Amino acid sequence: MTAVPGAALLTAGDLRKSYGPTSALAGADFSISGGEVVAVMGPSGSGKSTLLHCLAGIVPPDGGRVTYRGRDMYSLSDAERSALRREEFGFVFQFGQLVPELTCLENVALPLRLAGLPRRRAEARAEELLARLEVADLAEMRPGQVSGGQGQRVAVARALVNDPRVVFADEPTGALDSLNGERVMGLLVAAARESGTAVVLVTHETRVAAYSDREVVVRDGRARDLAGAV
Amino acid sequence: MSISHTLLGLLESGPCHGYDLKRTFDVHFGHGRPLHYGQVYATMSRLLKNGLVEVDGVEPGGGPERKRYAITDAGVTDVERWLSRPEKPEPYLQSVLYTKVVLALLTDRSADDLLDTQRAEHLRLMRELTRRKIDGDLADQLVCDHALFHLEADLRWLELTAARLDRLASEVRS
Repeated sequence: MTAVPGAALLTAGDLRKSYGPTSALAGADFSISGGEVVAVMGPSGSGKSTLLHCLAGIVPPDGGRVTYRGRDMYSLSDAERSALRREEFGFVFQFGQLVPELTCLENVALPLRLAGLPRRRAEARAEELLARLEVADLAEMRPGQVSGGQGQRVAVARALVNDPRVVFADEPTGALDSLNGERVMGLLVAAARESGTAVVLVTHETRVAAYSDREVVVRDGRARDLAGAV
Repeated sequence: MSISHTLLGLLESGPCHGYDLKRTFDVHFGHGRPLHYGQVYATMSRLLKNGLVEVDGVEPGGGPERKRYAITDAGVTDVERWLSRPEKPEPYLQSVLYTKVVLALLTDRSADDLLDTQRAEHLRLMRELTRRKIDGDLADQLVCDHALFHLEADLRWLELTAARLDRLASEVRS
């Protein structure tokens, strides 16, 4: 997959979202180009996870627009948006959210299986990813048998297995100690750069954000690009 | 901390005698270490020489003449430039940053912008150190980690200060 450096892949303009009386987004703007790693930072409750969910097509905003590769994401049908998430996006969450009944290999192969790829091809590709994330030896183990750091690397492998254009990572190192957190970040960013994948990285940890190309700060539901602050 | 910029900034709210300037400085930034009169007068005469302040009036008295100082346009520009320029990240930076934040609040400038500018500068350096760490050997990693942890502590302070700006503003302006 070829990324076009500098061209905006995913943009959002004037995003608004409220949960009851609580305003989570109050006119947030955002933009990310192919192959770029952007950290979304901000205090708890500032709206950064809501921004990620709107950008990823998971939560429709009340107002504003999300444009992915020139198309208005929320003008697509639910089925089209689901297909988009499955085929072009990857996800990593704070707690890996691996399926406990499946082996690590089956977990990583899962997005490809859901997309209709035969088991053998899906698992061959999953093996490649596990090796790239340096956890090939965990292939036959179940998530309950691996450590938090190892499980998170398996989750990163799963997020990258379908060769996505964008990976959305919500506090991917939040449950890890600093050494394991840095290991996961190093591998995630290296793998994303190698394949030209854009990464939207929500984090409150500055040492994690330092792996990005630039930072956006969300405060009171508005996003501000820190590059413009200097 | 730059005493000359701080005194200059304090003059923005109106002309002031050296004595009153020292008192205002001590209230906001003294923290148990009040400024010496000698420092104030030496600083004011340097600012005067550089055209950043001017003498607004002289009151003759029994003792030495009491000069009242006013900031010039060049002085305002100088304060503006100092406040908007991020500090080079280094240990124990908070006293300079604290001074800048308070001065911004006292002179009705955006303390939020000032904190964001500083945050961007810190993050820029953290990115640079992280890149060096990724490409380096174990020694590089340990050296960079030490610096990264210090920068992270500064950033936490910046975050906390940003969250407390409203309270700080009402305290310094009271």
